[in-house]
Amino acid sequence: MRKIRRWGPGLLLVSPSIVLVAVFVYGLIGWNVKVSLSDWRQAEETSGFDTSAYKELFPGGAGETGEYARAVATGKPPESLSTDPAWIIDLHHALLFTVAFVAGALIIGASLAFLLDKGVKGEGMFRAIYLFPMAVSFIAAGVVWRWLMNPAPGDRSTGFNLLFEKLGLGFLRNEWYLGPDWGAAALALPAMWALSGYIMALYLAGFRGVPEELREAARMDGASEWRVYRHVVFPHLRPVTLSALIILGHISIKVFDLIVAIGGKQLITQTPAVYMWILIYDARDYAKGAAIATLLLVGISVLIVPYLIYTVRSERRV
Amino acid sequence: MIEELGRDRLARVSRRTMLAAGLVAAAVALVVPASGLGNEASNSQACQLSVFSWWTGGGEAAGLDRLIKIWNKQNPDCPFKNETVAGGAGSNAKAVLAQRLSAGNPPDSFQGHAGAELRDYIKAGQVEPVDFIYKQAGFGKAMPASLINQIRYNGKVYSVPVNIHRANVLWFNPKTLKANGIAVPRTWAQFMAALQKAEDAGLTPLSMGEQWTAVHLMETVMIATLGPRGWAALWKPNSASRWASKSVTSALNRYNTVLGYTNSDAASLSWQEAGKLVADGKAAFNIMGDWQDGYFSGKKSGDNLALKPGSGYGWAPVPGTANVYDWLSDSFTLPKGAPHRAAAVKWLTFLGSRIAQDTFNPVKGSIPARKDANTKLYGAYLKTALKDWKSDALAGSLAHGVVAPAAWSTDISTALGLFLQSKDVARFQTALVAAARKSAK
Repeated sequence: MRKIRRWGPGLLLVSPSIVLVAVFVYGLIGWNVKVSLSDWRQAEETSGFDTSAYKELFPGGAGETGEYARAVATGKPPESLSTDPAWIIDLHHALLFTVAFVAGALIIGASLAFLLDKGVKGEGMFRAIYLFPMAVSFIAAGVVWRWLMNPAPGDRSTGFNLLFEKLGLGFLRNEWYLGPDWGAAALALPAMWALSGYIMALYLAGFRGVPEELREAARMDGASEWRVYRHVVFPHLRPVTLSALIILGHISIKVFDLIVAIGGKQLITQTPAVYMWILIYDARDYAKGAAIATLLLVGISVLIVPYLIYTVRSERRV
Repeated sequence: MIEELGRDRLARVSRRTMLAAGLVAAAVALVVPASGLGNEASNSQACQLSVFSWWTGGGEAAGLDRLIKIWNKQNPDCPFKNETVAGGAGSNAKAVLAQRLSAGNPPDSFQGHAGAELRDYIKAGQVEPVDFIYKQAGFGKAMPASLINQIRYNGKVYSVPVNIHRANVLWFNPKTLKANGIAVPRTWAQFMAALQKAEDAGLTPLSMGEQWTAVHLMETVMIATLGPRGWAALWKPNSASRWASKSVTSALNRYNTVLGYTNSDAASLSWQEAGKLVADGKAAFNIMGDWQDGYFSGKKSGDNLALKPGSGYGWAPVPGTANVYDWLSDSFTLPKGAPHRAAAVKWLTFLGSRIAQDTFNPVKGSIPARKDANTKLYGAYLKTALKDWKSDALAGSLAHGVVAPAAWSTDISTALGLFLQSKDVARFQTALVAAARKSAK
């Protein structure tokens, strides 16, 4: 009885949340996986077991794996490949987007934090300015960046292309997100713009978390400013970098709103989440849409689960 | 040690608070859904005709408003409940609708493109046949038999068309054409010559917008090549071999040639932006449905261009489709389990009536599905459309849901997206054949 009085109220407090999470998160994840493994591939609901949806997304046997990987890397699925070519292009876009977005936001964020850490006048103001884009929704940012990255030729140019033209940098004009090879990297620019301020804040907290005594000790030992950062400060930032990677990585994998705001529903800008939407709501191919949803979840778990394990372990150590 | 003490005190003080908080949370969790149910019950007692559509802006919304006014005057006991979902040319609305239908919470009537696009709802048993309304209200005589034949599925009709749009219209700016000595093309050869002349003059020969407008363009090129019969044959059951035919190859080759004359930034333009290039004299031609007429001639206050038909912009059938009406239609359905079925039947009867169609269409910028429209009410373009509608052969639109169910047209759209990047005609045709085969399953 005494024991119940100890943990009972707490359990009662969280039980609605546990029930809701169990049903609406884990229950629905389970249902989604079940749908992805069903033959519900048209408007009428069916529930027989079928893996055909996954077969269209994976290489058709071990012999195709190399070809599949090459197609994802180049974004040019050959006719001989049995996988859905649209999916290959989605993966190619996701890959380009992720690399550009994660690397860009990390480098810009870390550089901004480094500059602020060196001490500037009005640091608070700069921090607010850099952080501000995060408050803008991806949809709104997408609308603005769609105009900035307008690929229109000649006298119809706006945004960056017009700016380049006016500055006499006409050779920098480009097709932005319509470029057949690097278009998805251009789509990452608004995302970079939106999140590098946040990454800056993370790094700035990281920089500030390095005890001043350590830096002073290094300086006493005659370390140059660069070596102080290289050997003292940066090693302390590993957990920050890891968190930043996780945050950016999972945003990147599930990116949807930004893409739809800029490119709409077109293959030239399509990412896996957009294809999922098209399959479920336009094509009514529920199994294949659910299969993509499942793969996205797996992709995100690959990032998050090791991170959770790492965090739990390091917290236990503390 | 100090920390330990603190934690203990915290635990003691807050236990009662936590208990209370837990009870409140549990109570909220129980009460909220219950009150939700209560609301629903009270809603269904008073009659309200809930009509679901994606008519949220421009002439469509204005036209719907006029219909609502008439409905509310005639049916004070069951007022209109306008359930619109904006965005994505109806694709957002269709997503919301799919959720409502599968949750067993249908509106009293919902909008859908007449024809194959409704097949998914029919197959899923979500809509009722409405032949009895056609019989009672005499729609069978008032609307062209060929139209009713094309929207029939397994011998039954499942919706009432409110309007007819034409997809195969070539738009141009008479001043631009005159200045560059280009005549309005009637045949395919003339069209090619005109496009080349426009290119030589430094114009964008043919303006195009995002991916769906490329599907729209392909459809008109295919109808121009195959004719309305050849086109219709592509959508019959087991048509894969027809998709593999040489005539389709030549249609796709034509399409590839035409694409070579389009603007490089097509994928970044909406259909309005593509049309504006013609209005601004930057492009010679644009192929789009006749909603372009509403955009060209509509009031500036509605973000339209307020151009004068005939002098500010001109139109002709897409070359090679002179006597073909590539049609599409907005229609309304009778969902199974509609909360107010009697009112919904009344609504559909009203929608098919001459007064409703002549009220809605001049504002929306389309023509009635009925043959007895009052021509005086319609603008310059629509007058010509009304005339053509009576005499032309009908071909159903692919891009707008008449000939292919959603799954098939999505497959075609994806294949076309790949083609826009690869420009590989043979591979495109293989993909189209595969799409036809898949849909036959």
